[in-house]
Order: sequence, then structure tokens, then C-alpha cells
Amino acid sequence: MPEIIRELCNGCGLCVAVCSCKGLVLIDNVATVVETVECDYCTQCEAVCPTGAIRCPYEIVVGES
Amino acid sequence: MSVDIEFLKSIPYFSGLDIAELEAIRQLVFERTAQRDEFILDEGEPGEVLYFVVSGAVKEFKTSAEGKEQILRIIRPGESFNDVPVFDGGPNVASATAIGPVVLYGISKTDIGIILNHHPRVAANVAKVLAERVRHLASLVEDLSFRNVIGRVAKLLLEYAENRTETERPRLTQQEMAAMVGTAREMVGRSIRVLEEKGAIRVDRHRIVLTDKEALRETAGELL
Ligand code: SF4
Ligand code: SF4
Repeated sequence: MPEIIRELCNGCGLCVAVCSCKGLVLIDNVATVVETVECDYCTQCEAVCPTGAIRCPYEIVVGES
Repeated sequence: MSVDIEFLKSIPYFSGLDIAELEAIRQLVFERTAQRDEFILDEGEPGEVLYFVVSGAVKEFKTSAEGKEQILRIIRPGESFNDVPVFDGGPNVASATAIGPVVLYGISKTDIGIILNHHPRVAANVAKVLAERVRHLASLVEDLSFRNVIGRVAKLLLEYAENRTETERPRLTQQEMAAMVGTAREMVGRSIRVLEEKGAIRVDRHRIVLTDKEALRETAGELL
């Protein structure tokens, strides 16, 4: 699931609107992650966030195909 | 729901107008909603309506002959899209879909003409909005055609994977990768897709697995 930097969130709710898995909600006007297996890491929430408050980081590893 | 004058006042197109002018413009604005993934514009169709995003977000993109999508812009509340065809009379230059449920305000091409005739300040605002748009597109063109962004993303992934220690696993967002290679986030998304299609990497939810380092090195080419 994505990570939220609470201090950067302005409560605009765009991330909640674009998430198709109900993985995000606004609580006290701050975006909050709701753990769900439905999150496919589409990273749309990071893409729309105007303040950089959402991070969808990738671990970079070497491995087999 | 009636068109909100406070919202109109807050958007760049109508900044600096007085209440009487905004009220006149409001008469020409209509509301439209769209559901997730609904097409709002089709590339190549006649451009009839200028849209503003009121809530939610819209994705503007072009599709290549092979069916690949290149996102041009994510349009957030207060921003406009489809300006170009509405002003030059040509077809839509890109397609647009709703990323989630969205509310839009629209103004028809004819009504935009009326607004420009009656409110010269809007013309000055439009020039500014379009100038910013051109600047953004020029930098995307530069990245797409002159700079080897895919190669630089390949190089970055190799460097990150090789520098990792047992305890420290490097983690990077697409936004961070974009900042590190000096490009837009849209270009990183595209590079990752291309590298995955080449079989050089595999994206496994929150993990990028480098499956063919040799192919990555080749793509990074002379940058290494
Ligand atoms: S990554 Fe996609 S599915 Fe997961 S929380 Fe963000 S928008 Fe929702
Ligand atoms: S899009 Fe960003 S700023 Fe807006 S509610 Fe979500 S995390 Fe907060």
C-alpha cells in the first residue's frame, strides 16, 4: 500500500476519488490508508496528489525472470 | 447543481473578472459528470467544448499506432482541457478519460467566442494558460525525442540495485526517479513499461525486479 506523509496532505481528496479499490479515505481531512488486498499498486493516487503527500515506492532488487 | 461562481472566480481563465462579468459567463457554463474510465474526449474528433475540472481528476493522453498510451497531463480541479481545438477549430489533439468520478464545467466553442468578445481580460488569461501548456509540451517533446530517458532510467535502476546492502533496501517512487533523471513522472511510467516489455525488468506490485541486467546495460548504453 502507498505511504502518506500526513504533514504534506491538504485534504483535497483527489487520491480518494481516483482509487478504485477504496484503499484510501479522508480522516480528519487527512488521507489515510485502509489496508486492502485489492490495492494493485496502480500508483494513480501518487500521480494525482498535488502536494507529493503520497508515495508508492518500489523496492529495486536483482532476480530471476 | 448550479454553477458555482466562487469556483469560476478561482480558476486562471477567469481571474481578475468582477462579479457582473462572472455572472454573465456563468449563464454559458454547463455541468457534466463522468464515471471512472469514461471517455470525455476522443482524439481526432471535432473539438466542441472547453472543459474545466471541478472535482476529481482527468487524464489526457495520446495513443500510438501500436496502441501504446502516452499520458500528456493529469488535469486537476481548476485546470482546463481541450483548449487547443476550441480555439483553432481543429480536432481534439488528445483523448481524455476520467481517473475517478469527476465533475466538469463545459463551455461550447461558440460561447467561448462570445466570452472573448465581451471580456477582453479573458483573452489575456487564455494566453497565459496556453503559454504554460506549450512550455509543458515542449519539455515532454524534448524528453521523448532528444534525451534518452529510458536509458537513464535503466542506468538508475542498475545503480540502485548494485549499491544495496543486506540491511538497506533502496526504495524509490516514480516521482523520485523522475527527479533523479530530470524528467516528468509520465516519462518514468513509460520507461518502466518499455523496459518491462523488453524483458529487462519485471514489476511485481511494489517491487521492480531486474531480470536481465545485460539488457539493462545495453539500454543504458553509452551512459554507463
Ligand atoms: S496504488 Fe492504486 S489501488 Fe493502491 S491505494 Fe493507490 S490508487 Fe488505490
Ligand atoms: S491527493 Fe494528496 S493532498 Fe489530496 S487528500 Fe490525497 S494525499 Fe492529501
